[in-house]
Amino acid sequence: MLRALGILCLGLAGAFGLHLVVSNAVPPYPALIVNMCGISIILAISLNVINGLTGQFSLGHAGFMAIGAYVSAYFTTTLRYFDPDAARYISEAPLFDGLWGFPPALLAGGIAAALAGLIVGIPTLRLKGDYLAIATLGFGEIVSILLSNFRAVGGTKGLTSIPGYADTFWIYGSAATCLILTGFLQRSTFGRALIAVRENELAAEVMGINAARMKITAFVYGAFFAGVAGGLFGHLMLTISPANFGYMKSVEVVVMLVLGGLGSSTGAVVGALILTVLPEALRDVERQVELSGFRMALYALLLVVMMLFRPQGIFGQRELSLKLLRRLLPSRDKPGRQP
Amino acid sequence: MTSLLETRGLTMRFGGLTAVDDCNLGIREGELFGLIGPNGAGKTTVFNMLTGVYTPSQGSVSFAGRDLRGLGPVRVARLGVSRTFQNIRLFDELSVLENAMTGAHQHAHCRLFDSLLRTGRHHREEARQREIAYRLLAFLGLEDRAGLPARSLPYGHRRKLEIARALATQPRLLCLDEPAAGMNSGEKAELAGLIRRIRDELKVTVLLIEHDMRLVLGICERIQVLDYGKTIALGTPREVQQDRKVIEAYLGAEA
Ligand SMILES: Nc1ncnc2c1ncn2[C@@H]1O[C@H](COP(=O)(O)OP(=O)(O)OP(=O)(O)O)[C@@H](O)[C@H]1O
Ligand SMILES: [Mg+2]
Repeated sequence: MLRALGILCLGLAGAFGLHLVVSNAVPPYPALIVNMCGISIILAISLNVINGLTGQFSLGHAGFMAIGAYVSAYFTTTLRYFDPDAARYISEAPLFDGLWGFPPALLAGGIAAALAGLIVGIPTLRLKGDYLAIATLGFGEIVSILLSNFRAVGGTKGLTSIPGYADTFWIYGSAATCLILTGFLQRSTFGRALIAVRENELAAEVMGINAARMKITAFVYGAFFAGVAGGLFGHLMLTISPANFGYMKSVEVVVMLVLGGLGSSTGAVVGALILTVLPEALRDVERQVELSGFRMALYALLLVVMMLFRPQGIFGQRELSLKLLRRLLPSRDKPGRQP
Repeated sequence: MTSLLETRGLTMRFGGLTAVDDCNLGIREGELFGLIGPNGAGKTTVFNMLTGVYTPSQGSVSFAGRDLRGLGPVRVARLGVSRTFQNIRLFDELSVLENAMTGAHQHAHCRLFDSLLRTGRHHREEARQREIAYRLLAFLGLEDRAGLPARSLPYGHRRKLEIARALATQPRLLCLDEPAAGMNSGEKAELAGLIRRIRDELKVTVLLIEHDMRLVLGICERIQVLDYGKTIALGTPREVQQDRKVIEAYLGAEA
């Protein structure tokens, strides 16, 4: 346990180091991209627990993210909305004021999303594959429609003037925590049970592994961190609206996983980085070649090429580790692994 | 003497097909019991009902005095019934060791929280599972493959790994569905010895489905024969071998 806490502290220290560099030496726009990368990393790692490790096809990650974003912003933001009965604008002071209110607000967002994960996890007991994908897609859309109609959180316009608490430290501190805890999860009896459910649900059950409970656990865990990512997103962008959390966002996170290798946390990190940085980099290229849509086309091409030549993703199900690096370097006598 | 496992009038219908018809089984504690019959006789379907995979259309299953009907595979497993599969169902992407460890998951003394914070309980649980898994891999002669992914194992070893995984659940009754299928004669002889040792040394009651007659007749104490879902004979290997109905069923199946 001490060692685990040490590793977590190391992660936070690393996040703080990155924070110092980014806040002192990186101009605002690239700094924003760096921060967006951190949020994407959390989204991808957490979705990987559901889709990669447990083998459930969820397309609802943006829904969890939205819940986390709205709930945490609800606690930290001065809410202003028009009250038709009183015929005037109402202003509510934030429940958690100041920077110290931010971690509890993030946590509240994560917990709210985790509760939603519990509810969404239940249909997974009956639905498989494409059907589950459609059900979770529906969940995401329902969240977004409900938010659009909820006046207290700004309806379709969303929430504005959210305090900008999410800096590089908070974002990468959360990302490091998510990566480390998920690594611990993977290398535990619960991680093996999740993979067993993915590999062969019937055999897992006959071995006494409660597949239903494992799937719900995966949804709750993944949703929690998606909620945290949402909270960070809101406090980074300063405004959120239901449009930020449409199904395209969920699809984007799935593509990150497919790119990095479904089932691998480190693959998820790489996929998240590529899919966050590449569109921004291509934005400039697009301007230069004066061809709008060039970015999207290249993006699609990348996926097609990926599916043709490396359908298991960059990393497959392996984790990036020193051992793997050693194996990838020109090998002397080690037999290659079967794909 | 009371039975460890007892079924009464066990019946399974799939639409119009009665795969198992009024099957009465009585397996004593510590017995090595064979369940045989031609292809499609309903043997695997019996296993599926015993392990909670299927709910019987009719009849009862009791194990150590408890009614198993409708409990589902997870709870049946926890009561102490484990099995292997005719069509091997390993967790291919896990290592050989990890496959065996999954069998021990059901008795885990640790919560998710322990594993996320790597508490002492998490480490003790990992050590416990690893110990059980290594012991069983060694028992089945797979210990030097522990680190390999399960999918890389040759066929005969895959069957053995399924047995190790099932034993890791610490069952009182182990159901083996054609464990010798696809093995050569040397491997079969070794397997026969292993099955005996599972009963004698690990004190696990064994219910064996097997097409290889030499193996079944050689190691089972009692054998029940199914044909088209119905029991046509029950007795010692010698009695069953000389039973006219059994000979006809097998000759009929081969003709
Ligand atoms: N899920 C199912 N749905 C419909 N029919 C089934 C199902 N499972 C088994 N059957 C049918 O039930 C009959 C018995 O099948 P079962 O697999 O139990 O036979 P078996 O004795 O194990 O045969 P084998 O020696 O070939 O493994 C077969 O006719 C099979 O087609
Ligand atoms: Mg069969």
